[in-house]
Amino acid sequence: MLRVDNVTMQFGGVFAVKNANIIINKGELVALIGPNGAGKTTLFNQVSGEYTPTSGKIFFDNGSGEKDITGMRPDLITRIGICRTFQNIRLFKKLSVFENVFIANNINFKSNLFSSVVRMPNYIKEEKENIKKTQYLLEKVGLSEFKEDRADSLPYGKQRRLEIARALATDPVLLLLDEPAAGMNPQETNELINFIQEIKDEYKLTIFMIEHHMNVVMNISDRIYVLDHGELIAEGTPKEIQSNSKVIEAYLGVDEDA
Amino acid sequence: MKNKKNIINIIIIAVVLVLLFIIDNNIDEYRRKIINLCGIYVVLALSLNLINGETGLFSLGHAGFMAVGAYVVAILTLTPEMKDMNYYMQPILPILKTINMPYLPALIMGGLVSAFFGLLIGFPVLRLNDDYLAIASLGFSEIIRIAFINLVPITNGALGLKGIPVHKELIWTWGFAIATIIFMFQLMKSITGKSLNAIREDEIAARAMGVNLFRKKLLSFTISAFFAGIGGGLLAGVLGTIDPAQFKFALTFNIMLIVVLGGMGKIWGNVIAAVVVTVLMEYLRFLDEPMKNFLFQTDGLPGLRMVVFSLLLIVVIIFKKEDSKFSLRKLIGGKKNAES
Repeated sequence: MLRVDNVTMQFGGVFAVKNANIIINKGELVALIGPNGAGKTTLFNQVSGEYTPTSGKIFFDNGSGEKDITGMRPDLITRIGICRTFQNIRLFKKLSVFENVFIANNINFKSNLFSSVVRMPNYIKEEKENIKKTQYLLEKVGLSEFKEDRADSLPYGKQRRLEIARALATDPVLLLLDEPAAGMNPQETNELINFIQEIKDEYKLTIFMIEHHMNVVMNISDRIYVLDHGELIAEGTPKEIQSNSKVIEAYLGVDEDA
Repeated sequence: MKNKKNIINIIIIAVVLVLLFIIDNNIDEYRRKIINLCGIYVVLALSLNLINGETGLFSLGHAGFMAVGAYVVAILTLTPEMKDMNYYMQPILPILKTINMPYLPALIMGGLVSAFFGLLIGFPVLRLNDDYLAIASLGFSEIIRIAFINLVPITNGALGLKGIPVHKELIWTWGFAIATIIFMFQLMKSITGKSLNAIREDEIAARAMGVNLFRKKLLSFTISAFFAGIGGGLLAGVLGTIDPAQFKFALTFNIMLIVVLGGMGKIWGNVIAAVVVTVLMEYLRFLDEPMKNFLFQTDGLPGLRMVVFSLLLIVVIIFKKEDSKFSLRKLIGGKKNAES
């Protein structure tokens, strides 16, 4: 589904990501972990098109053949089925919860500007379908009672959910979650674990996720990649990673007496 | 329920049109001109609001687009004889001399040509952001003005054009004002309008949701230029004379004032502010004249009325800011969003 092939990202003399190779298969939930500043979000930004890799290629298969998406424009990448959430929540703050999700439906609209301004029957039909879809998504994430509220008036955990709902509205095949559990308390985290599994099953999603909560990572991921100083140092199932000496070293430091 | 709303809207529009007709027949020339100017400023404010308020792009190039619209309308509606009288320094280009159109198609042409300029200018300029965009668009609007001063065979240079057929009927300006209001409401209700709002709120997130940023910005810029062109054309039709000096940066500033007073991204607010500011501009003229009262005495201070607007602007900005201590919403105890 997603193949990151020898990708490097260089900012001046710093290698944010160095020769990374990642393969994600259809239907998997893969986690990317690593200490702060390891280059996880940079890698995400390359996949979602924010950054063009200094070298290396990224391939994506949305079911209709593998495509080279290296350095493609972010909105086009969204259109072929990769959608993301952001580490520091990026909602359309002053718009309502409903509008936030509704706007993400824009890629489904086929009508031109004229028919949307004059409200021709074909536009109204499209709009109705997407309103229905938006309402369904909001119900799914449990936000339908807040749909008229401003997005930034929601509590933190609900904002995260709204971001995921917004990403789902673009009908992604591959969902990139950048620290979905950041800043959540244990109860919210548990809810989130259930929620992610639920949407993964319902929408037949493949999920690639950055996360620091080991509770979340170990519970739901099929495989884990570990990034440190821009380099992938380990790959494997949660069990394998937990006992990998390199990973322990990266997280806890080396015991120099040993 | 939706139908009911539509019917109410249609009734309101009908009432306004009848009202315009009544006013049209019972009014002196001075007041008629002010009301006409109000209509024009409604069009202009809404078009600037589309790009600055709804899309969140800080563009200052409005006067340039108005100049384009005004000159297109002037050249298209002037009769060949009047053109001969106007262009006595240098003759007009022969192709332009014979063209003559009724007012309405000329206005539409003015809008379209201005939109075309918007498209051309938008291509390079919209790759910039924030302050850079403001400077670049301001620069382009000045370029248009300077070009108009120097393209004597087309624009008659700094002498301007006189004797443009005048269309004083309120239905022209207010007809277009109403059409613009309806268009803006429909646009902002549609997914395109909402995408523009998304760009204003967060470009990166909008792009990640599949919004083609450049195309949407260009669209907004072009539509805005179209209405600015119409506004400029209406100005030419109401005043009867135009010259490049009218389209200096100060004109953009006046419209900006209306948009800020009316509220960025608030259509009705802009309409009301356009009317209030235009009327005040006229009725505060006494401030510019020599004054004598028990406190002080002046020999006439041209520009004193602009101080009133500056004060108004400061007051509005202090009270409008949502997290401000003096937030209007909080004072009224209004919506719940103000609490957060």
